Amino acid sequence: MQSAISLSLSSPSTIARSDCTAAAAANSYICTPRSLRFCGLRREAFKSKSFNSLSVSTRLLPCSRNSSFKKVCAALQSNGAPSKGEFDYDLVIIGAGVGGHGAALHAVEKGLKTAIIEGDVVGGTCVNRGCVPSKALLAVSGRMRELQNEHHMRSFGLQVAAAGYDKQGVADHANNLASKIRSNLTNSMKALGVDILTGTGTILGPQKLKFGKGGSGDTIITAKDIIIATGSVPLVPKGIEVDGKSVITSDHALKLEFVPEWIAIVGSGYIGLEFSDVYTALGSEVTFIEALDQLMPGFDPEIGKLAQRVLINPRKIDHHTGVFASKITPAKDGNPVIIELIDAKTKEPKGTVEVDAALIATGRAPFTQGLGLENINVQTQRGFVPVDERMRVIDSTGKLVPHLYCIGDANGKMMLAHAASAQGISVVEQVSGKDHVLNHLSIPAACFTHPEISMVGLTEPQAREKAEKEGFEVSITKTSFKANTKALAENEGEGIAKLIYRADTGEILGVHIFGLHAADLIHEASNAIAMGTRIQELKFAVHAHPTLSEVLDELFKSAKVVSSSHVAQPVAV
Amino acid sequence: MASLLQSRTPGLSFSSSLSSTPVRRPSAFFLKPRSGSRIPVVRAKIREIFMPALSSTMTEGKIVSWIKSEGDVLSKGESVVVVESDKADMDVETFYDGILAAIVINEGETAPVGAAIGILAETEDEIAEAKAKATSQSSLAPAPSTPKVEEPSPAPKLDAPSPAVAAAPAPTAAPSTPGKVVATPFAKKLAKQHKVDIDKLVGTGPFGRITPEDVEKAAGITPASKSNVAAPAAPAASVAPAAVPPKAPSSFPEIPGSTVVPFTTMQTAVSKNMVESLSVPTFRVGYPIATDALDALYEKVKPKGVTMTALLAKSAAMALAQHPVVNATCKDGKSFTYNSSINIAVAVAINGGLITPVLQDADKLDLYLLSQKWKELVEKARAKQLQPNEYNSGTFTLSNLGMFGVDRFDAILPPGQGAIMAVGASKPTVLADKDGFFSVKNKMLVNVTADHRIIYGADLAAFLQTFSKIIENPKSLTM
Repeated sequence: MQSAISLSLSSPSTIARSDCTAAAAANSYICTPRSLRFCGLRREAFKSKSFNSLSVSTRLLPCSRNSSFKKVCAALQSNGAPSKGEFDYDLVIIGAGVGGHGAALHAVEKGLKTAIIEGDVVGGTCVNRGCVPSKALLAVSGRMRELQNEHHMRSFGLQVAAAGYDKQGVADHANNLASKIRSNLTNSMKALGVDILTGTGTILGPQKLKFGKGGSGDTIITAKDIIIATGSVPLVPKGIEVDGKSVITSDHALKLEFVPEWIAIVGSGYIGLEFSDVYTALGSEVTFIEALDQLMPGFDPEIGKLAQRVLINPRKIDHHTGVFASKITPAKDGNPVIIELIDAKTKEPKGTVEVDAALIATGRAPFTQGLGLENINVQTQRGFVPVDERMRVIDSTGKLVPHLYCIGDANGKMMLAHAASAQGISVVEQVSGKDHVLNHLSIPAACFTHPEISMVGLTEPQAREKAEKEGFEVSITKTSFKANTKALAENEGEGIAKLIYRADTGEILGVHIFGLHAADLIHEASNAIAMGTRIQELKFAVHAHPTLSEVLDELFKSAKVVSSSHVAQPVAV
Repeated sequence: MASLLQSRTPGLSFSSSLSSTPVRRPSAFFLKPRSGSRIPVVRAKIREIFMPALSSTMTEGKIVSWIKSEGDVLSKGESVVVVESDKADMDVETFYDGILAAIVINEGETAPVGAAIGILAETEDEIAEAKAKATSQSSLAPAPSTPKVEEPSPAPKLDAPSPAVAAAPAPTAAPSTPGKVVATPFAKKLAKQHKVDIDKLVGTGPFGRITPEDVEKAAGITPASKSNVAAPAAPAASVAPAAVPPKAPSSFPEIPGSTVVPFTTMQTAVSKNMVESLSVPTFRVGYPIATDALDALYEKVKPKGVTMTALLAKSAAMALAQHPVVNATCKDGKSFTYNSSINIAVAVAINGGLITPVLQDADKLDLYLLSQKWKELVEKARAKQLQPNEYNSGTFTLSNLGMFGVDRFDAILPPGQGAIMAVGASKPTVLADKDGFFSVKNKMLVNVTADHRIIYGADLAAFLQTFSKIIENPKSLTM
């Protein structure tokens, strides 16, 4: 990744700029034609079917999104005709979630005749049972929190009478949002002429699959390339009985059928944290049950510590760490929900917790059953479809299965909606003849608590580990939201941004933000990582004042890069 | 990360050689003498935790939160408190092992750099001593003794697999303690905050669990103060909670079509204070006062911004200065508490409520200052921005309904004060003097309600006589 980028950095000063706005966008665009030429070369290699030469080629990052001029013409055409007539479709995608949708749209742009198979509802987990309805609930919880915080309101000079909520109204908002996004998604595919095939998709053999309700009524179709995008379902560990009423998963919780007085949340990752935000805002008390020794595993430790101080400690939340919920019995016969705890390491019993409800937020399990993977000799690993870095499916002998790809939660690489979509676009690039490898380190992640947490790239411990292996030094710099005008105007000065970088090259290794609108702020950093932009260049980028983006501006400016000799100074035009 | 700047308090050091090397702390040495006469040796190790200087420009810091609570065992390098400097929140670590004996500056409060914010004790034996020190450190003096509910423990604890772990106070919310958890997260938080032994409580929540309300009840907190916002207490919120007489079981007949409007926080406070006042034996003394001279003075000083309230408050304050017993308080039913300053609380009706802004040191301020001060207080009261000491520090209350034409009324004595004066309207009245001549003069009736445990009839009469002399000859008011 580094190599391709630094190549592009060397030349730009020679190019005359006629447009002032282009100057800010800077170097990354200028390198685009060069990258495309690389891709073109590789297409030749692809046609000669020498897969080996492909896999040793240099990793290249930015080529798909930059060719916007090409996209525009392609998008005007509708779904293309199958290229050679041997297949019913150029591309069939199994699963119409966000990953499948992103791939389908991009495929049409590339002129591929595309079909998408969906056995449930269009939109998948994200739209129907995940990101989308949960954002509706979090929007409510954010406002409740604000209105309930008399001190906060008074500091604005506002007076608010006791805030209350109507549960059904909140639930309806979540539901309406999901249906709206779902119809948007469906319409966008229909408008482009993507064939939406209803039923369960099963792979019968290479480039051949069937769909339908199962049995003899199924239709068999052929496709030049197939993408598996079947997603995931909530993971329920052994010993836990989900009844959908008092012991629930995120699927049930999003319907908000009841707001318990006291709910235990098993797992303190993204899902658990977001729900703790919703439930405490609506008046519940929350008990976290976390198997690891610390809450919020997976977050940068420093961010986690601060987030815990703001999101957990002052709220009506307590926690049990280092314990598994070995058995959860739903409420029945006048008994509460009973959670039996065992020590995560020694497995010794650690007592029980009695609560009104339990939310299982231990993660998500891939939904890959019934796909017919056995027909092509693919063995799942803990349910996940094994893939290489280009999302090509690997069979049980370790060989690549030709023309078969798997994206999104089903491959388990990075279980995020936008990651699935990015993987899908990457695959479409490949099947339409341009090599593309997605840099997962450039994919941002966000947790929509109040305030939000967002991150991209490595955490500090990961960066230090990498630095030790590769022999470079990690530098860290931080800025506070307390020093930001916009944040202070909003009375939301709580939060920090943290930059992990290489002082010798100016490469960004990771950025972590905790604070107001952190999820919206991360993209400057994730784009910089994706484009390979260095800190010494970012320092010259201008941010509007007063905005929250100045938190990042200050972050980049406070970084100390040792050598910045090879960077062109911005030229006044 | 900053570290706490701690110092041994010199008065408590037992040996000068040790105090110069505060880091040296051979624990074995200190453990030994505990069996024998420990007092001279062990009491040396109480350290103050100072507000650290987190930046060169920092002059004071705000305590964002105490990560540790009183009684928590600290080990060197652990984060103890979060301090907000001018730029960011910083975790502050301890240099020493020990026990956090007392928190001097509470969360949300501010202290200058170098001020003691907490007390660190070396051993459990010193906690009491450290606490005493903490109370002398700060007038805030937290840690009121909590009434404990003596009930059998509902859930006998299972034996811990490792007794050593169970014995040590767990720093987190006791996640590792095995046994039945029957208190809700917020209940546990409150119990820790108010130092209520949660094992001794009996839960009234669903499935017998201990709810936040149970803990509040055990801690003697009325649910009214549940919100963290300081409720504007009406007539002098008393500090010493007098025993509230049990409410008589009352059942009033339902009148159809009636609406029920719950009290606001202010109205709740008024109601509470009024019920509380029933426990004080009061009596009333009335006095007629001619006001022609006062009215004349008022006309003269009115253009200068002086109000009638200021005139009356100043007069009362001057009279009180001569009769300190009327300015006194009976706190425990056994003694007089003479107040050092004369603070006149003046009752003000404020939409749907009643509040008593206080004119502090009314005897010392001149009329003009007093009038200005009063104007500010009323504005603040309207904006609900009165600070607690601006409405609950009164030593004597003035209530004036004269402007409404009320000729006489009788006020309820607010708890915590010795007397309250009710002022009626000034009206032209036919008077006969000692020679039998009739004349028409303006006259008003004042009526004082007082606590008879400390103020007797003669005291009040003498006070009223002084007061009437000041009103009838008001020149001294402008001096």
